[in-house]
Amino acid sequence: MTVTRLPTVKKTLLASAIAATLAGGALMSSAALAENTLRMAYDADPVSLDIHEQLSGGIMQLSHLTFDPLVRWDQSLNFEPRLATEWEQVDDTTMRMTLRDGVTFHSGNPFTAKDVVWTIERLKKSSDFKGIFAPVESATAVDEHTVEITTVKPYPLLLNLATYIFPMDSEFYSGDAPDGDPKDEIVKNGNSFASSNVSGTGPYTVTERQQGVRTEFQRNPDYWDTDSPGNVDRLILTPISENATRVAALLSGDVDFIAPVPPNDLDRVRQSDNAKLITMSGTRIVLFHMNQKRVEAFEDPRVRQAFAYAINQQGIADRLMKGFATPAAQMSPEGYVGHVDSLEPRYDVEKAKELMEEAGYADGFDITMMAPNNRYVNDAKIAQAVAAMLARINVDVDLKTLPKAQYWGEFDDRAADMMLIGWHADTEDSANFHEYITACPDADSGAGQYNAGNYCNPELDKLVAEANEEIDLEKRANMLQQVEQTLYDDAAFVPLHWQDLAWASAINADIEPVLNVMNFPYLGDLVVDAEDAN
Amino acid sequence: MIAFLIKRLFHALLVMFVISVIAFAIQDNLGDPVQQLVGQSVPESERAELREELGLNDPFLTQYLRFAGNAARFDFGYSYVFNQPTTEVIARHLPATLELVAAASFLIIALSIPIGVYSAIKPRAWLTRLFMSVSIVGISVPVFLTAIVLIQLFAIGVSWTPFPAGTGWGAWLNDLITTEGGMPAYGRGDPTHVFGTWYTNFASLEGLTYLVLPAISLASIMLPLFIRLIRAEMLEVLQSDYVKFARAKGISMRRIYFLHALKNTMLPVITVGGVQIGTLVAYTILTETVFQWPGMGLMFLNAIERSDIPLIVTYLMIVGLIFVITNTLVDLIYGLVNPTVKLTGKPA
Repeated sequence: MTVTRLPTVKKTLLASAIAATLAGGALMSSAALAENTLRMAYDADPVSLDIHEQLSGGIMQLSHLTFDPLVRWDQSLNFEPRLATEWEQVDDTTMRMTLRDGVTFHSGNPFTAKDVVWTIERLKKSSDFKGIFAPVESATAVDEHTVEITTVKPYPLLLNLATYIFPMDSEFYSGDAPDGDPKDEIVKNGNSFASSNVSGTGPYTVTERQQGVRTEFQRNPDYWDTDSPGNVDRLILTPISENATRVAALLSGDVDFIAPVPPNDLDRVRQSDNAKLITMSGTRIVLFHMNQKRVEAFEDPRVRQAFAYAINQQGIADRLMKGFATPAAQMSPEGYVGHVDSLEPRYDVEKAKELMEEAGYADGFDITMMAPNNRYVNDAKIAQAVAAMLARINVDVDLKTLPKAQYWGEFDDRAADMMLIGWHADTEDSANFHEYITACPDADSGAGQYNAGNYCNPELDKLVAEANEEIDLEKRANMLQQVEQTLYDDAAFVPLHWQDLAWASAINADIEPVLNVMNFPYLGDLVVDAEDAN
Repeated sequence: MIAFLIKRLFHALLVMFVISVIAFAIQDNLGDPVQQLVGQSVPESERAELREELGLNDPFLTQYLRFAGNAARFDFGYSYVFNQPTTEVIARHLPATLELVAAASFLIIALSIPIGVYSAIKPRAWLTRLFMSVSIVGISVPVFLTAIVLIQLFAIGVSWTPFPAGTGWGAWLNDLITTEGGMPAYGRGDPTHVFGTWYTNFASLEGLTYLVLPAISLASIMLPLFIRLIRAEMLEVLQSDYVKFARAKGISMRRIYFLHALKNTMLPVITVGGVQIGTLVAYTILTETVFQWPGMGLMFLNAIERSDIPLIVTYLMIVGLIFVITNTLVDLIYGLVNPTVKLTGKPA
């Protein structure tokens, strides 16, 4: 085929060489088309195959490929039954879940209630997950397919937590590995059985893994979800950390699915005939803290408000982010219970100047600012823009931007007066924002761990604590909305925007139905149109 | 000869020792590895525990001695990111880099010698002028730009139609500047297994296509340099007395150029070349990043991004070792080409 096609191409020497490879490639892919293959490129690959080793986006994406959660979020943030088919609150602190029948793990072991109990116990041992699983007291198997989860106190977010429970094959992970260590141990630095062996219930099994190079998945032939439309037989995940290369790989047809798509290349992908782009307003809030312990002026709410008035969120979202962000005036994005519809970004330089004058800082003051330069989309540029905007209210900013590896150390030391942070609530719940970002810092309880502003309002802490035990969801929403409103009135921080999400794929991959704001694509349900592939 | 090699072995050990000390001394500025190991919502108490477990709280000297003691037994520690011994991680990434460097070196040698010699023999030919001006551009364009342009042209493809497509000549010209794309732009594809950790791209045509663009962009930095170096040396040699005498003696020009003159031209080229191969290994960091070539450069950049200190230290030591080895090889080859040079253990 290579030979026959060559004479038809009357191009330069190089072009014919390319045509030869193209023809070779076409041969290959038509052979591979007997089964559907999806080649995808993320910016990084999961650090381990042990889904309890790290609570991170990469691990969650892996979890949804090789495991199934008890319940999962659908696109409109409702719960969708997966391995749990029904659930009911037995009393204030106990929830009974009915588990799906006839599900088997990749190893062939049947999935039962004891696997769920085992998994929850392991989650409570994992350093990364034990924090969010602290409200869970215990889990007990009532019978083969019924499990009861008991919480320490009444806990309204148990279903949110259930999206993190991906039952593991307890039999497979029990006993000792050949090296003598227990198979279920969770090791952060070093090898463990679970970091290189997987047995879940998920739509895919891992067939090959070269960390940092490629991971190959094969469709699980015995997958329980026979209603799933997913028709991809083989998945090849390649990490491509360089933004331009990742986009080029998609446009040149080397891969079929990429994420994230860098904002600078959005137009390029949108205009391409052989790729399509899906964007969504994300849930990650990007904000600046104003450290009241370092700068006396920040203790004055008027100064903080002046800062909030001086920043043009809309401008940053439109011009800097090229529309790839939703301007924010609070932490909770739309769809979260604590979201207050009426809160709008309050950009008004005149008002800001007035407030500064009122507070006695008409001549401004000097502050230091730090931001990462490779963590969030355009993070360093955002910081520069904010610094320039603050100059208009006579605040002189000494800005330093750092790579993320160095930035977080500085952040933990609270090394600057204003520091940038982006936060995504692991529980998809408004209370989480407050607990980490604006609660009174307390080293012992871990509250306010990322509160680099040292804003402290004990009443809000109390309100959130109460909300976390409030089973009446409507009442709870009101409480959390009140928290957002107070934080806004107090100008506890300078909100900037929710960073959007973007994915792109080849035309024949119908990715839209499997994407969601958590950025855990449910690739098990992905449909690829094999006809279009040629 | 033996004395020379033993001396070089000591050099290598000294270089690796110094590098390890420096790498260890700067590790505090490379960021907090614990930050990279845990999720963002993990409380400080858990982090402190992990930090203690990894021995990051020990004083510098304790940490270094522990590392050096293990290193003496060829145990360079565990990579934080890969959860494997760093030597294994590097062994897995090394072949990809070496193959890329080999392919680029091949391009450089195969192109620079004929072009350099030609432009020395015919200094006024228009082709020479073309080579010289293109090589100036080649030296000035940074390697990542070359790489991105190559990707756009040959992986994605461009279609320009500045000429009227209706006319025959316009269509022909349009065709000439339009590229189809389709070349692989990232990774190594599916390389063939040779043995151990060595997978090769040289075994199949398909494997070679993955090498083409990265090798060209890696070569693009050194190639112009070598063309100019060879041309300058050759011009000088052609002026020397022995060439004039050889010409007077009536030896054929071809024999003079390619046997007598070229041999002496190559002496300084080999010296520079040896040093540059080391540099080439360093330049792979850029090339590998753009093309997602899974070699040591890409691995090193990842290690820096994630503060994987054991891997960073091991990588730097191995690169130091590579420099010493290539320099030793250069000296050996030099001795073969120029018998007047004697390799001894004593300083010359």
